[in-house]
Amino acid sequence: MPGRSIEFHPDDRFFAFLRIIHNPQCGEGKLAGIPVAIKDNISTEGIETTCASRILAGYVPPYDATVVERIRREGAAIVGKTNMDEFGMGTTTENSAFGPTRNPADPSRVPGGSSGGSAAAIAGGLVPMALGTDTGGSIRCPAAFCGIVGLKPTYGRVSRYGLIAYANSLEQIGPMAGTVTDVNRLMGVIAGYDPRDSTSLDMPFRHEPDPDIRGVKIGVPEEFFGEGVDPRVASVVWDGISVLEKKGAEIITCRMPSMACALAAYYVTCTSEASSNLARFDGVRYGPAADSKKTWHESFQERRREGFGEEVRRRIMLGTFALSSGYYGKYYAKAQAARNNVRADFARLFREVDALAGPTMPTVAFRFGEKSDPLSMYLSDILTVPANLAGVPAISVPCGKVENLPVGLQITGCWMEDERVIDIAYAFEQGRSP
Amino acid sequence: MITEKDTEHIAQLADIAIYREELAAFTSRFNEILEYFDILDTVEVMEYRNEKECNVLRDDEIVPSLPQERALANVKEQEEGFFKAPRVM
Repeated sequence: MPGRSIEFHPDDRFFAFLRIIHNPQCGEGKLAGIPVAIKDNISTEGIETTCASRILAGYVPPYDATVVERIRREGAAIVGKTNMDEFGMGTTTENSAFGPTRNPADPSRVPGGSSGGSAAAIAGGLVPMALGTDTGGSIRCPAAFCGIVGLKPTYGRVSRYGLIAYANSLEQIGPMAGTVTDVNRLMGVIAGYDPRDSTSLDMPFRHEPDPDIRGVKIGVPEEFFGEGVDPRVASVVWDGISVLEKKGAEIITCRMPSMACALAAYYVTCTSEASSNLARFDGVRYGPAADSKKTWHESFQERRREGFGEEVRRRIMLGTFALSSGYYGKYYAKAQAARNNVRADFARLFREVDALAGPTMPTVAFRFGEKSDPLSMYLSDILTVPANLAGVPAISVPCGKVENLPVGLQITGCWMEDERVIDIAYAFEQGRSP
Repeated sequence: MITEKDTEHIAQLADIAIYREELAAFTSRFNEILEYFDILDTVEVMEYRNEKECNVLRDDEIVPSLPQERALANVKEQEEGFFKAPRVM
């Protein structure tokens, strides 16, 4: 690799970055010389990667995630690691062990989460594009709150090799950027088959956004505008949907009854998977060391109490409980049935329509501390979790403001039709520009 | 309803120590969340199977992997090229 590098000295006034690389290498390719920020749960060889957790402080991955390898290969400059909710567990980025990121649209508010640092780095003008990860809305929520574009790809379309796992069956790495064109461009680099991820799909992504959506059928489930959705947000999103109609799409109202149990199914599933995934953080192989003089359990428990934040410990414990003997049938088995119902609902709807539209988040960005009660924070994920439960693609694109705070329009597509949600978002972006 | 004793037991199972002063708050929030999860009792199972969704398996071929010294790069204590862990018994 030729020794070309760029200078990167941003004024990180929103605390978007946990680590900045001031003279990153870059090269030739589709992203030649473009500064790209990487969420801190994605492994970067030689660059500390902590998942915003004290338990991984000082951990320097010995290898690159596949997505990072691909971005480097296309000549991009990796300029830093972005802040997040610890291990991706949160909707605000307030759960970072290193302090919260602020929302560039209004610094008294959260940027959303868990990929809040990536969204703030883009919205604050520090980088044109970044990688996020989305387990239950963690790309789309901060995209909506900060007024940028974020795509959660179809499950399997982007390799998870090198992503530090939180809930494997739900999460995907995805592109975030200021425009749909840049999201598409970054997706083109990171997507594609990877033999190192056994859930990877052999479905190349080569796409140019096409704004012609004449005749495309877009469903609007009633449940997307249900209880908890701020009427002002609903009104801005309906205006956005009418833009799609003006561009030639056919708008069809519909129902998605499985939404009633989707959030509970999501939280039982993700905490169960987390309880297993996070068992590896024991201070033996990486992170601050466990005391090897003490017994295994003593040393392990001490290390984890000090290393994990409150929300992480809560989710590990919830998952442990949901999987424990006597409760498995009541929680985990039921959650999988509810998850299957979400898939069935999407399959039925996508026989009638090409995509679904609605708000990304029920409200605009919260004030700091507003969601201190965990359940009320969980409830704000209701509109984003269905796409993760079913593995279908979904994008959030800015569609207006409520009291000067950005609102996101979410377009959800059929399994493997990432290209179509990008086209609809692109048509919308073009259609609303004056 | 989960009691404080149950919370301590779950923490033990999860290998997560819990501070005494956190116990009451942890327990009450736990109960709020579990109460919300009760909505899953209403789930009626729909018949559905996505035939296209499956794991993609690769051939089991030996390829070069991470050298031992790099795998040990983040270890605080090691002995003769192995991780050193606390004693189990």
